[in-house]
Amino acid sequence: MSELPDAHALMERRFHAALWSPDTPDGLAEAQANDRRFLVYRNNVQHGLCSALAQRFAVVERLVGADFFVAMARVFAARHPPQTPVMMEWGGEFPEFLEGFPPVATLPYLPDVARLEWLRGRAYHAADAPLADPAALMAGDPSGLRLTLAPSVAAFASQHPAVSIWRMNQPDATPSRPPSGPEYALIGRTATFDVPVLSLAVDQHAVLCGLLAGAPLGHAAANTDPTPILALLLQHGLITAIEGETQ
Amino acid sequence: MPLPATPGLGFKPEHFDQIMAHTGAVGFYEVHAENYMGAGGAPHMMLERLHDAHAISIHGVGLSIGGSGPLDVDHLKRLRVLIDRYQPESFSEHLAWSSHGAAWLNDLLPMPYTDGSLAVICDHIDQTQEALGRTMLLENPATYVTFADSTWSETEFLTRIARRTGCGLLLDVNNVFVSATNHRTDARAYLDAFPLDLVGEIHLAGHEVEDLPDGPLLIDTHSRPVADPVWALYADVLARTGPLPSLIEWDNDIPAFDVLMAEAARADVVLKGARNVRAA
Repeated sequence: MSELPDAHALMERRFHAALWSPDTPDGLAEAQANDRRFLVYRNNVQHGLCSALAQRFAVVERLVGADFFVAMARVFAARHPPQTPVMMEWGGEFPEFLEGFPPVATLPYLPDVARLEWLRGRAYHAADAPLADPAALMAGDPSGLRLTLAPSVAAFASQHPAVSIWRMNQPDATPSRPPSGPEYALIGRTATFDVPVLSLAVDQHAVLCGLLAGAPLGHAAANTDPTPILALLLQHGLITAIEGETQ
Repeated sequence: MPLPATPGLGFKPEHFDQIMAHTGAVGFYEVHAENYMGAGGAPHMMLERLHDAHAISIHGVGLSIGGSGPLDVDHLKRLRVLIDRYQPESFSEHLAWSSHGAAWLNDLLPMPYTDGSLAVICDHIDQTQEALGRTMLLENPATYVTFADSTWSETEFLTRIARRTGCGLLLDVNNVFVSATNHRTDARAYLDAFPLDLVGEIHLAGHEVEDLPDGPLLIDTHSRPVADPVWALYADVLARTGPLPSLIEWDNDIPAFDVLMAEAARADVVLKGARNVRAA
């Protein structure tokens, strides 16, 4: 290959730079109205990225308003452009970006709401896995059992009422006053491909984290009765393997 | 098996239940490859069931095959996995670029048509066809600007690519009309120069119109019914080629399934009218 940049690479570089600047690139033919013509590309790129982000973080968009979201999404897209054409993988840095974005510092729960939305998207696209036979859980003392949870399962914790805020901002929700204090939830995908957000008490969240880390049930639930979390996991079909001996 | 020479529709998940209640309403469905690159869940369940009952075209929007830099080999691998899993009747991509360095731009951007860019895109198509183990179709773009450096016409550029790499072409008739209007050229002259014998699929879509001081600017929005002049060009093409797989694309402001079916029915009338055409 030639060491000199050819016309193709040079044009691409100019074109790319102009997508994120107010200037139309040099090298276009047809002098008439090139600023307006080039604007179609600039709009398509910026609008395409911003609406992909808005789709993924619909509640964040609702909380800050559509116009503000677009302005913020442009900053995010310029700082963290997608690194792959698989758009479902883009946006993982958005919650952290929100933490460091001064204009939203007055909404301290916003990064956690974004985290919740990101986890739901991950769950929606997570791998499929066949369910375990729950009979093993019913026989004898289950404390030695190790459970494998569905790839869609995630544990969510927030020092803010992020779960309630997320729930109140669903399209069909009635607005009400959010509670205060930390909230915990289980996120997972059901057999019908819904991704519910299931509120947990703090001790059940701890059991879930232990199970996700691979601890045997007796360890994960050393100080608490795991029945509520097991019931939720079974009810929503989120246990894919049960291994080990009952005692 | 190639795609059937019937109407086809871009698959919209919100229409899944209606599609499955009327299987075979159109001969094939087209999906964007990149939407099916997650590990599991509803997208794959729907695509499997869709493909059990219909021919499928996988249409890539992410390969940046017209880019000046090397192809993303990870993306080629993802495409291979998808194609091995679903064995689609067709795979197609665009005469465009859509990433710069590692950054993905989420749009189909135009390239200059020069000897240098011809060599690069032919290498990319060779590499793609080898990685996927099949020939692909390459689609003509809708463009809003052209480049002072270009030395080839688009039709000659596409012809050279297809002859050199053995790929087929996807003729987007709306793109022809949009580009010709935007560049004040003649869509019929473009089609006269287009190598119609290499066309494996047709795309039809709606565009929006903006009036500039020097004339109209058409924007390829896929948000409206196919415009009448595009239907007329489509009929002209089929009068020369005979029936070809003909896709209705509608990706924004998605209407009810019935509206898409009405567009497909309109294409079907043109297809039936071309049944006795003997391809030149």
